[in-house]
Amino acid sequence: MAKKGKVTVAAAKGKGKAMARPAKQLELVPAEPQARPARGNAAAKKVEARGRAVPAQLAAVGPSAAGPAQRSAGAKAGPTALGERTLEAPDAGAPAAAGPEARAPRRRATAEQMAQKQREISISEFFTKNRHLLGFDNPSKALLTTIKEAVDNSLDACEEAGILPEITIEVRDLAFEASKTQELTKGEGRFVVIVEDNGPGIVKAQVPKIFGKLLYGSKFHRLKQSRGQQGIGISAAAMYGQLTTGQPIRVVSRTGKGKPAHLFEIQIDTRKNNPVVTRDDALDDWHQEHGTRVELEIVANWQQGQRFVNRYVEHTALSNPHCTVHYLRPKQERLSFPRATEELPKEALEIRPHPHGVELGALMLMAAESKSHDVKGFLSTAFSRVSPAVADEILKAAAWKGRVRPRDLAEDRHLAETLHKAIQATRIMAPPTNCLSPIGDELMKKGLVSFLHVIESEGPESDGDQQLDLDSAGTKKKSRKEKEAEAKVAEVPDAPPEEGVEKIKGHNYFIATVTRPPRVYRGNPFQVEVGLAYGGSWPADKPIELFRFANRVPLLFQKSACGMTEAIVKTDWRNYLLSQPKGSLPVGPMALLVHIASVWVPFTSEAKEALAHYPEIIREIQLAAQECGRKLATHIRKKQHADYQAQRRSIFELYIEEVAQSLGKITGKSPAPIKREFLRVAEQVTETELEEQDKALKEASDKVARNPRRRDEDE
Amino acid sequence: MARMDAVSKQTAAKIEKLAESVMRSVKGGKNPFVEIPIRSLANVHFDARKGIVQLGKQRQKRYFFNVAMAKKFMQTFLVSDACKELVESGKTTSIRDLYYITKHTIGDTRQNTFEEQDESDPIIEDLEVALDALREELHLFASRKGSMVGPITIRDTGDTIDLRRMGSGGWAVPSIVEENVIQFVRHEARYILLIEKDAVWTRFNEDKFWKRERCIILQGGGQPPRGVRRLVQRLHHELELPVYVLVDNDPWGFYIYSVMKQGSINLAYESMRMAVPQARFVGLSSFDKDKYKLPANVAIKMDDGDVSRAKQMLAYPWFKDARWQREIQEMVRSGMKFELEALSRRGISFITEEYLPRKLKEKDWLA
Repeated sequence: MAKKGKVTVAAAKGKGKAMARPAKQLELVPAEPQARPARGNAAAKKVEARGRAVPAQLAAVGPSAAGPAQRSAGAKAGPTALGERTLEAPDAGAPAAAGPEARAPRRRATAEQMAQKQREISISEFFTKNRHLLGFDNPSKALLTTIKEAVDNSLDACEEAGILPEITIEVRDLAFEASKTQELTKGEGRFVVIVEDNGPGIVKAQVPKIFGKLLYGSKFHRLKQSRGQQGIGISAAAMYGQLTTGQPIRVVSRTGKGKPAHLFEIQIDTRKNNPVVTRDDALDDWHQEHGTRVELEIVANWQQGQRFVNRYVEHTALSNPHCTVHYLRPKQERLSFPRATEELPKEALEIRPHPHGVELGALMLMAAESKSHDVKGFLSTAFSRVSPAVADEILKAAAWKGRVRPRDLAEDRHLAETLHKAIQATRIMAPPTNCLSPIGDELMKKGLVSFLHVIESEGPESDGDQQLDLDSAGTKKKSRKEKEAEAKVAEVPDAPPEEGVEKIKGHNYFIATVTRPPRVYRGNPFQVEVGLAYGGSWPADKPIELFRFANRVPLLFQKSACGMTEAIVKTDWRNYLLSQPKGSLPVGPMALLVHIASVWVPFTSEAKEALAHYPEIIREIQLAAQECGRKLATHIRKKQHADYQAQRRSIFELYIEEVAQSLGKITGKSPAPIKREFLRVAEQVTETELEEQDKALKEASDKVARNPRRRDEDE
Repeated sequence: MARMDAVSKQTAAKIEKLAESVMRSVKGGKNPFVEIPIRSLANVHFDARKGIVQLGKQRQKRYFFNVAMAKKFMQTFLVSDACKELVESGKTTSIRDLYYITKHTIGDTRQNTFEEQDESDPIIEDLEVALDALREELHLFASRKGSMVGPITIRDTGDTIDLRRMGSGGWAVPSIVEENVIQFVRHEARYILLIEKDAVWTRFNEDKFWKRERCIILQGGGQPPRGVRRLVQRLHHELELPVYVLVDNDPWGFYIYSVMKQGSINLAYESMRMAVPQARFVGLSSFDKDKYKLPANVAIKMDDGDVSRAKQMLAYPWFKDARWQREIQEMVRSGMKFELEALSRRGISFITEEYLPRKLKEKDWLA
């Protein structure tokens, strides 16, 4: 299956940005009748936010927006339309938009002249110019993106195949290796990124397309929770490498024991968006029974980028506790994150789209592809939760006269619109939510614990620190279980540790996790999870650390633009005894993990850096955060109470001096004996009174838990 | 005054008794406490027969060995100690002064015995009720405000003062006006007029209203302080003069009147000494705007706080009288309030030459 729609949208957006100037010309376009229906599903809403020039281009691109049927045709048609539109714009658009003078401007070019300049732009070409859209803005970010794309694919493949993933990430500094000096490359330089997995491998015939063709993949046309969504990532990385170093991507893959491993070197013909295989050897022996190894030579900036990579690796280990990660870096020892569980996450199931989430253009395309003879059949086969009875109900609402076939829908916008409205008007059961695979409370907890072990070993991360030392963490990490055991032994003489408190390297962390029940936005099921680690050695006077994840992939950039950040900022953390400046993250010794799992995670851009602001999703995140917050408040209150107890004695002792002085003066007696008697009573203050106070505190706490203060819900 | 009079001796003994009771319970291994009558609306009731607000019987124990109360307990004895010293030395001081006297840093901490005067003032009131001793008996006074003129001669700490000759500023009413300090010598006054505001009082004084009408005029700068209220009560009782109260037409003004009439919630324990249940409200009434033709543009729109305050007052037992209910309801209905100065719209001396004389002549007041 090909996969176009999502990407063409990106293309459109990119154009919109790149060509902000001739926007006026483009505004004329939406008037074209056939342009309208094509507004793609995810496309439309995202684009709306993007500015005026976009809908026009989008419309132009539209026909291919979700057109799986037109694998070859679509690839042609979409970009062609795009090419024409956008190419004519810079030439013709500028003068049209320019003139403040009222007189009719002189014609500078005829349509024929202009036509000569109009030609197709391949997607690959487009991206070579707009690599920032995919996260290749600069060499340090490109390094991370390359690793991330490869790891995402590996993890997805392993999970789909049911293999416990073991992934090796390696970064090599070529200049450092060549020079034999002890100096790593400062700033930009040539690096090799290697990602190897023990996944199912890739069939030989598919390898070139997967790595050498943009918009080729398995994940775009299905609704299933996965890390990758659109099939651009790894090929874009390959293209980035090719662009910056001229080197092809090297892929070794083997699908099983007894089958040969194949080594490929693949270039991309950026004009035609086609792979060119420059080497294809069968290897006699390869150390993996099955798996895939990807090697890319890219221009990167390790000095600046390693911080992000370290962070990414840590967070990936945190959100994928079933995965073992080995991390090899230049001039540093190998670091390993062993898996915290031997259990694979629940398999994410593929579902059909829900009718309430489908947009008009997508509906028409689906109708065009349908093999059904009638609309009833089309509806009940193409969508989830549409039984024949529901389909009848929809058709009744559409109230067509005469027979309508799916083909007619594809051709007649009016008919399609009637159907679309009828669908929206019909009550349909929410889509199945068992297709999601959250991390889960327990594993999130485990992930956090092992993550904190690394953090604790690593020490505070200062921004100026270029040489993060994860190595010591690695060695200590291996003995984690023993350490935990030790910690437990040490705690025995004390009061039993509070539930949820983990002692990690001498620091007490309170850990709470919440997994919300699945919900639906625009017909897409999603599920939110929130976990927090409070206390320990997090700084108490700084804003909390917010770790964002989407389908287990850490989001490291665009924090402030992200819907998750918004949800956390909007939550009133003062309810949960953290201070929170208005419109900011709360302040306190805490790390907060937010994870959204969905068959279609709405990102704000193709680089998948920030979550779009859907009210349904933001609400769920808030609810999860509040639930976690309540647990936190209970903990903080208990802790405060304990501190309080410790202070009591000293408070009394402090005041006894004063009281004794005053009483002595009033009665004309010596204060010393009075003081002694007060101190004696202080020793034996009755237990009942203490209990009463505990009770009062608890009541106050329950009261807050019952009626938490809320910030204005939404706006 | 180094020699203690009977009252002072009694006060000093009360303080000692309190201290001894605490020391006794500590000796007995018990958590020591001070018992303080609760000064809040819940423990205040309106005695309809006497026409005053009175403190109920509820008491609260302030323990030392209780984290929430320990500091207040300590403060109570710091204040007690300071007061006993004042009483014994025969000096009086302001409550602000007392705050400084008792304020110091505790041990080698950064904590002070009192952080602000707001902390020490309520402790003083607590001590007053706990000891059943008046503030004056503790030799304390609040900040002084209020002035008075009229056809009366008084004696203030031995000085004879003719209140007919007080110029434009009047005689400043001291905080302590008990019989041992202030005595009334002779007078020709027919009644007492308590005015809410200094500015309006100045108008009455300048117009020599008191001379023409033969009355004593006082002002308390808003809510009158204890000294003014106590003095009004003494004048009322001892000279048998009726009391008239002139306040703004707003909930705050009504409340000032009601405090003069039956005492306040916070000082309910002193109502007996402060309240004049027969005090009459002469204005500004909610119906005066029509009777005295006040244009709407001198009205002030009531805000939400005003309205809710007015509605609260409708529920007070001492405003249950039908005429008061009408008065307050009219204010709420119109949503307008008037300041006394609004009358000046009708002429600068309208209030002294027409408004009040007519009010008194027509007996147009509420009691």
